[in-house]
Amino acid sequence: MHEKSRLTNADVTPRAAYQNRRKFLRNAGLAAAASLAGREFWELASPSSHAIAGTKLNGVSKSPFSTTEKQNSYDDVTHYNNYYEFGIDKTEPAKNAQSLKTYPWTVSIEGEVKRPRQITIDEILKLAPLEERIYRHRCVEAWSIVVPWIGYSFSVLAKLVEPTEQAKYVAFESFYDRRQMPQATHAGIDFPYVEGLRLDEAMNPLTLLCVGMYGETLPNQDGAPVRMVIPWKYGFKSAKSLVRIRFQNEQPPTTWNRLASDEYGFYANVNPTVDHPRWSQAKERRLGEFFKRETLLFNGYSDQVASLYTGMDLKKYY
Amino acid sequence: MRKLLIGRWTKAGIFLACLLPLASLLWRGLDNGLTANPIEFVTHATGDWTLRFILFTLCVTPFRRLLDLPELIRFRRMFGLFAFFYGCLHFSTYIWLDKFFDLKEVWKDIAKRPYITVGFLAFVLLIPLAITSTAAWIRRLGGRSWQLLHRAIYISAVAGVIHYYWLVKSAVLRPLAYGATVVALLLWRLAAKFRSQPDAERGNPAKPQPQNSQA
Ligand code: HEM
Repeated sequence: MHEKSRLTNADVTPRAAYQNRRKFLRNAGLAAAASLAGREFWELASPSSHAIAGTKLNGVSKSPFSTTEKQNSYDDVTHYNNYYEFGIDKTEPAKNAQSLKTYPWTVSIEGEVKRPRQITIDEILKLAPLEERIYRHRCVEAWSIVVPWIGYSFSVLAKLVEPTEQAKYVAFESFYDRRQMPQATHAGIDFPYVEGLRLDEAMNPLTLLCVGMYGETLPNQDGAPVRMVIPWKYGFKSAKSLVRIRFQNEQPPTTWNRLASDEYGFYANVNPTVDHPRWSQAKERRLGEFFKRETLLFNGYSDQVASLYTGMDLKKYY
Repeated sequence: MRKLLIGRWTKAGIFLACLLPLASLLWRGLDNGLTANPIEFVTHATGDWTLRFILFTLCVTPFRRLLDLPELIRFRRMFGLFAFFYGCLHFSTYIWLDKFFDLKEVWKDIAKRPYITVGFLAFVLLIPLAITSTAAWIRRLGGRSWQLLHRAIYISAVAGVIHYYWLVKSAVLRPLAYGATVVALLLWRLAAKFRSQPDAERGNPAKPQPQNSQA
């Protein structure tokens, strides 16, 4: 299964072709294209061509934030996805997201910042040394996985644009294009998908700007080419395929909260004592395990994040 | 068509076809095809098929009339029992693989979570229907009260749809489609009732109602 899925990725995006293209764009003039195989030339010439998923990322360092728990298989993490823009069944994004064009890609950083800017995915990949962060990831639906994400702290990006005094929150917006995401119309939620964090949450070193996993760039169904990963919150807080990051003074609206505010709060911190109105959050099923395990407060990241919420009623601010 | 419907092998064939969803689950189980979360997959598949078989059961009477194929009645009990069968699998998956036989937890869930409460109602109502599905029970109860009892499947169908509607996070399209089907099937019955009444008043014996045809 494992091999097969990697092959599928490779099929969609010839890794070598992409790497060649990037090297080529950087180092050579257009004339060099002639020396490449015809197919690759075609890919170079047409900016509409596909994804960068499955490209090996080099020079990735280990992180002290990583858990030593057993990682889930690449196959699990790439074939069991909630990505409603590509279908509501968890097996659908693996099929449907392959059409997503993730290159070229630009993220707009705006709002209450001294240096608003557009940043390309190539720039994002080079902004800071990449780290592997093996995090627990807990879905609001009471299942969990352990994933070796790759990226760096979101604060790096924030410091680059220098938030002003007025910036109290960060709003995230995911890519949305109805033509590339025809299944989205049946999802029952409004798109584009929007999420948000309080600024201090966003600046916490655990908050990851994520560009890869398992040693490679992100597969499309996992939020390529760049997403958030906030390991102490339910998975829906970690917006995928980011196109806009906005620093602002007011708390931003968030997609699931807008749909059902009694079920999905703005904070959405993992908390075994605060049930979802329709199901318990006390336990979770780690994919690949038969028995359920106890869910941990802040998904086991209390040491790093509990201080963000001192004095706050977590039952009220769920 | 009639011949085919009453043919000896037809019933056996349909019986086997009704087992296909289960066979598919077993096959996927052996073939690593139950996704990364097999327990969720099985819960959903068995829930889906419980609801579908309830709907098949409710389809029999309208189809008999509309297609003028009274022979279809041969399959109604089978569909109903398969609904119960998949319901048992569904409920067992929940009790065993979701709650690990922690019956206190199960009760708490049933009492506390509306979607579980209505699902449980839908399931519990199927139990007496399954028990009294034999010819002996029809005789014992008499056609009228048997029919009355078996109207419980209407409630089961509605409760099953509500259960589904309440458990999805946002994608209500599928539960609504099931809901629309149930509403259509129940409205048809209502309409049929009003249509047949004038007949009865006129004491028209031309079209006698076959016994037990109207559950
Ligand atoms: C006749 C009775 C029932 C019917 C028709 C039924 C039907 C369904 C359906 C259609 C689904 C959704 C499947 C999907 O998403 O594809 C479902 C899910 C589920 N049902 Fe039932 N069900 C019944 C009884 C029960 C009972 C008695 C329980 C437990 C006490 C139960 C627990 C569940 C659970 C836990 C789920 C999964 C919820 C989730 O994943 O969030 N159901 N059922």
